[in-house]
Amino acid sequence: MADVKEMIAKRVAKELKDGDVVNLGIGLPTKVANYIPDDYDITFQSENGFLGLGPAPEKGQEDVDLINAGAQYVTIKSGASFFDSATSFGIIRGHHVDITVLGALQVDEEGNLANWIIPGVMLPGMGGAMDLVVGAKKVIIAMQHTNKGKHKILKKCTLPYTALRVVDMIVTEMGVIEVTPSGLVLTEINSDYSIDQVMEATEATIMVSSKLKEMTK
Amino acid sequence: MQKKIKTLEEAIAPIKDGSVIMVGGFMGTGTPEILMDALVLKGIKDLVIICNDGAYPKRGVAKLIANKQVKTLIASHVGLNPEVGQQMDRGELEVILVPQGTLAERIRAGGTGLGGVLTPTGVGTIVAEGKQVITIEGKEYLLEMPLKADFALIRGSVTDKKGNVWYNESTRNFNPLMAMAADTVIVATEKIVEVGEIDPNNVMTPGIFVDVIVGGEKPWQM
Repeated sequence: MADVKEMIAKRVAKELKDGDVVNLGIGLPTKVANYIPDDYDITFQSENGFLGLGPAPEKGQEDVDLINAGAQYVTIKSGASFFDSATSFGIIRGHHVDITVLGALQVDEEGNLANWIIPGVMLPGMGGAMDLVVGAKKVIIAMQHTNKGKHKILKKCTLPYTALRVVDMIVTEMGVIEVTPSGLVLTEINSDYSIDQVMEATEATIMVSSKLKEMTK
Repeated sequence: MQKKIKTLEEAIAPIKDGSVIMVGGFMGTGTPEILMDALVLKGIKDLVIICNDGAYPKRGVAKLIANKQVKTLIASHVGLNPEVGQQMDRGELEVILVPQGTLAERIRAGGTGLGGVLTPTGVGTIVAEGKQVITIEGKEYLLEMPLKADFALIRGSVTDKKGNVWYNESTRNFNPLMAMAADTVIVATEKIVEVGEIDPNNVMTPGIFVDVIVGGEKPWQM
C-alpha cells in the first residue's frame, strides 16, 4: 500500500479548486501542496503573516526572516503579500480562506472538532486552529482513521473542543466522509477496505452514500 | 527632535520585577533578541509576558522562560518549547492560552481605544469559560477584553531616528499591534537610518508610537 499520509494528502488535494485561498496545517496537511496540478493558481496562506507561501528553500538558501507557522524556513511565490497578525486573522475569521486542512485528535457526528489539548498529557495551545475552523469556508480534516486502533471518529468528542459544528469533510486512509445535517456519510471508500471494516474503525454512526465511489489512491 | 536612540542598558533600565511586557515575534522570528539577552543579564523576575508563543529553546522569550524570569505567559501556542510544560507542571509558570486571532485583536483593541472585541472564535469551548456571550443577528460571539502592557519590545528591520519602523517579510506579525498597546515602546532594530530615508508609504509603525530605539539587532543566525 502506498504511504498512507501521502495517499490522504493526494485525495485532499482534489478538493482544491483553481483560484482557491488555502491554509494548510502543520504535518500531514502540509503535504497537500505537493499534489496541486501545475496549471492551478492556488494561494496558500501562512497565518504568521503572508499570502503566497511557496515550497521549502534549497539548503543554504534559507531567508531567516521568512518562516511558516510551523517555524520552518519557506519561500514565497511571485505576487505574495505580507501583513500583520490582525490582518492575517481578519482574513481567516472574515471568511476569506476557501479551505483549511487540519489534523484532529477527535471528530464527532455533529462535525465538532477536538485537536488542541489532551488534559494532563499535551498542552501545546490552540495557536490559530480555533480561528481557522471557525472562519474558513470549508474545513477538511486529514488524518489517519484511528489512533493505533483507538477510535477518533466518535459519537461525541471526549476531549475539549476546538470548535462546534465546523468540520465539513474527513479524509482518512479508509475513505472520505462528509458531514451533513443528518450525520456522517461515507462517500468514497479505499478498495483495500470493506464497509464493515470502516464501520468497525469508527465509533460514530456512518451512513453509506447511495453513490459510494472508490477513493482515488 | 527628541533623541530616541539609547544604549541597551538605558533602554531596559525602566523594566522592573513584575513588569507586563509584550514581545513581538512568531516562534522567535520578529523578536528583538538583543532585548531578550539584555533582560536575561539584568535578571529581573516575575514578568508577565504577552507573546504569540513560547518560541523554542534558546530563541526569543524562551531565554527568559529558561532563566525563570517569567511568572505568567499569555500566548496562543507553547508546544515547541518543552521548558514551558515542565515549569507549568512544577507550578512555577502560569500559562494563559488565547486563540491567536483573539490575541491579535485583544492587543489591537488595547492600542486603539476599543472596549473589547466580539469574536465567534472559542464559542462552546473552554476558552469561553467566564466570558460574556453576546448574540448578534442570531450568532453567538465571545466578548474578549483589551490587552495592554507596561512595555512593548519590538523588532524593526529598518528604523529611522523618529522611530518610523519597517519590518521585513514575516518578522512583522504582532510587532505593529504591540507597538500601539504599551506605555513604553522599545524598538531594537537591525538598521537605523536618517529621517526621510524610509519612504512614508512604507512606514509600518509610525514613529509617534516608539519611545526608544536601540541599534545592533542582528539577523538570526541559524
